[in-house]
Amino acid sequence: MLTFIAKRLVQSILVMLTVGLIAFSLFRYVGDPINNMVGQDTSLEERVELKEKLGLNDGFLLQFGRFAVNAAQGNFGFSYQHRRPVSDLIAERLPATLELSLVSAFLAMAIGIPMGVYTAIRRNSWLSHSFMTLSLVGISLPTFLIGILLILLFGVVLRWLPTFGRGDVVQLGWWSTGLLTASGLKSLIMPAITLALFQMTLIMRLVRSEMLEVMRTDFVKFARARGLAERYVNFVVALKNTMVPVITITGLQLGSIIAFAIITESVFQWPGMGLLFIQAVGNVDIPIMAAYLVLIAFFFVVINLIVDMLYVVVDPRLRVDSAGGH
Amino acid sequence: MKADVEKESLLTIEGMRVEFPSRRGHVVAVERLDLTVEPGEILGIVGESGAGKSTIGNAVIGLLEPPGEMTEGTILLKGDRIDHLDDAAQRKIRGARIGMIFQDPLTSLDPLQTIERQLVDTIQRHLNLGEAEARSRAVDLLDQVGIPDPAVRIAQYPHQFSGGMRQRVVIALALCADPEMVIADEPTTALDVSVQAQILDLMKALCRDRQVGMILITHDMGVISETADRVAVMYRGRVVETGTTQQIMSKPNHDYTKSLISAVPRPDKRLKRFPLVTYIEDAEERPEGLNLATHWLGKVREEHKLTGNLVELKDAHMRFITRHSLFPSRRLFLDAVKDVSFAIQPGEVFGLVGESGSGKSTIARMITGIYKPSGGTITFDGTDMTALESRAAAAPFRRQMQMIFQDPFSSLNPRMRVEDIIEEPIHFHKMAYDRQEATQIMHDLLDVVGLGSQAARKFPHEFSGGQRQRISIARALATRPRFLICDEPTSALDVSIQAQVLNLLKDLQSELNLTMLFISHDLPVIRQVCDRVGVMRHGKLLEVAPTETLFTDPQHDYTKHLLKLMPKFRGFRMPELET
Repeated sequence: MLTFIAKRLVQSILVMLTVGLIAFSLFRYVGDPINNMVGQDTSLEERVELKEKLGLNDGFLLQFGRFAVNAAQGNFGFSYQHRRPVSDLIAERLPATLELSLVSAFLAMAIGIPMGVYTAIRRNSWLSHSFMTLSLVGISLPTFLIGILLILLFGVVLRWLPTFGRGDVVQLGWWSTGLLTASGLKSLIMPAITLALFQMTLIMRLVRSEMLEVMRTDFVKFARARGLAERYVNFVVALKNTMVPVITITGLQLGSIIAFAIITESVFQWPGMGLLFIQAVGNVDIPIMAAYLVLIAFFFVVINLIVDMLYVVVDPRLRVDSAGGH
Repeated sequence: MKADVEKESLLTIEGMRVEFPSRRGHVVAVERLDLTVEPGEILGIVGESGAGKSTIGNAVIGLLEPPGEMTEGTILLKGDRIDHLDDAAQRKIRGARIGMIFQDPLTSLDPLQTIERQLVDTIQRHLNLGEAEARSRAVDLLDQVGIPDPAVRIAQYPHQFSGGMRQRVVIALALCADPEMVIADEPTTALDVSVQAQILDLMKALCRDRQVGMILITHDMGVISETADRVAVMYRGRVVETGTTQQIMSKPNHDYTKSLISAVPRPDKRLKRFPLVTYIEDAEERPEGLNLATHWLGKVREEHKLTGNLVELKDAHMRFITRHSLFPSRRLFLDAVKDVSFAIQPGEVFGLVGESGSGKSTIARMITGIYKPSGGTITFDGTDMTALESRAAAAPFRRQMQMIFQDPFSSLNPRMRVEDIIEEPIHFHKMAYDRQEATQIMHDLLDVVGLGSQAARKFPHEFSGGQRQRISIARALATRPRFLICDEPTSALDVSIQAQVLNLLKDLQSELNLTMLFISHDLPVIRQVCDRVGVMRHGKLLEVAPTETLFTDPQHDYTKHLLKLMPKFRGFRMPELET
């Protein structure tokens, strides 16, 4: 188990270094950092001096090493546009994105898994058929369209929900939360549903097909033949075996929910990292882009590590000390 | 409702009819079935695949695959009618009064729960016991089915048990609530012979000691003859004959039973050919008048006359790494084949016999070059195959050796037509001048294996298992090989089909003067087919001898042990049929 985690950690560090390299190359190849930092009226001498001061004349490896060490400490330098440390900007925006993503992921699982189980067990009921039809809609409509349709219906026509922003937030230390105020919760509903819908249908279809597969196995038949209750067979035997592949996909999806919140955030003007990133792209604000890239990769790596460990917890066959008496 | 017989049977089935409605009308799986089972008795139900054996078992415990339905008849368990009960009432019978044992112990147990959890949950479902009591009962049960150290092993997961041990756990699970009746559906088919014998002994002892009635469903006449008290022979959904095992085995009345028994490879003496099973319909025979001696298949052979051995293994060794590590001392290896040496002469059928994991198939893969040996040499026609560097250099030798695999369902590409499957190796090895010639060869091959050229345009799924194995044989012959490796070619087939396929292989071998390596775990089959035999265990070749010598005068202890386990049809005179 320990060697397994150690191996995964080494792999994770390699991934992070590679992503770091890509992020770092942004500075060198997209625009000129000096040009981005100073105004029109800066003299040539001042530019050369600044270049020397910032260490831009050093060797590639030295510069990358410096970038990696700083990044590991959360220091991504100053935003060109906002003239503030990137880490501060991200810290301000991170809670909004994480709240939105986690609420969406929770929604997707809390609704998707039961729907998948239901459609697998009651394969021919009309409710299953309507779930399947709905899921087709969920999977084929693009996210931004769903967002815009929701805004049109609940924001413009019915005027029930706010169409943009986070509403009122409460500060808990450095974390700002919208979950504790009525307007914050109201603002969260539409973006969260928009972001969750695709994942939900994906999870539902995955759970359904995996469960149908498991229901055909011999051990489920044998459990039935032993007279075990239908509920026990469905939820203890079949569902647990269904969860093994579902965990992997759901874990990966959580990563992409965070990463692809960009679209939802720009539709709802949600003040999260995605919106910050879009604005940064518009203004060629490279430090923010680099930081965002590294941070998202970090989320993916951490989630994957957790998924791998969960796998071992759920499936006894993967535990290394399985050399029982043969 | 009580049956009006003085002495009530444990299980009585009367006039059972099971139908599977489908779009093209109803398929009748079982009809007009009458059976009885007494306490302590083992009733064998024997028949080939599709005969409806398993359907009976499923109907009795009320678990017919939908849309299957029992449309006529009654099932009585100690006089209580148990068909047409609602789900809840059925579940009180399943496990509690009727236990079930399935074929494959590797897939019958939930991989994510410990043995303890599975046993305790099943016990508590049927008996009103607390956690601790249920657990001690579970340990007792494991002890009774012969699992050593039950108190420790109960905490383990299924994957930590071997196949035979898992089947013991499955039996313990079936016995959790002391059922009066056990239905065992092919309980030993997936097991090695030595394990099979142990499991059958265990089941016999349990039936005797607990006075449990058992229905033993199997396709294996050997298992029936060793285990059952009475036998029902099924053919196409009907019981054609019922009787004591003694009577069925030695004086069968029905023609089908006679055919079935005569198709079983005989362990006691070698026949020139398997008896033709006349009763079985759609048995393909090769067209008469196809003289292979003058045919293109036979011709090519002239160019290479050989005096020495065709294939020779010298200290061939195969080592797989099972745990990778940076440190050599922490690496774990599995030596699948340990310094094996043998030689196969031209025109000879050399058999390799052994239990699963003995390294038989690994040898086949080393000879064909799928695995590169980690030591030793493999010589084909005087050339050291292990010294050949490139794939291109090995290609002409590859052409001369072909392989037939065990599973006819997964060894043919389901998306290719039969004509493409057979022509593919011809094109690959550039064996034909043009497309037309390749097509001609393909049609000839289909004739040779007895399928006829109308099979060319079809897809593999349109054929039965035996027909698919014929396609595999045609594909193997397409490159005009001198050396054919058959890896368990008939173990997935019914006995009657097995007899046909083995006859075909024997004919082709002698007519084309093929050299063959024949791998099997089935000793009677080996006796019927091979000229010389090697016995393998744990990667080592223990003994090589001419077939008859090996069977009459085995030298190694393990060979003797294997021969002892072979079903002998003891005490039964096998019916003599004209061959």
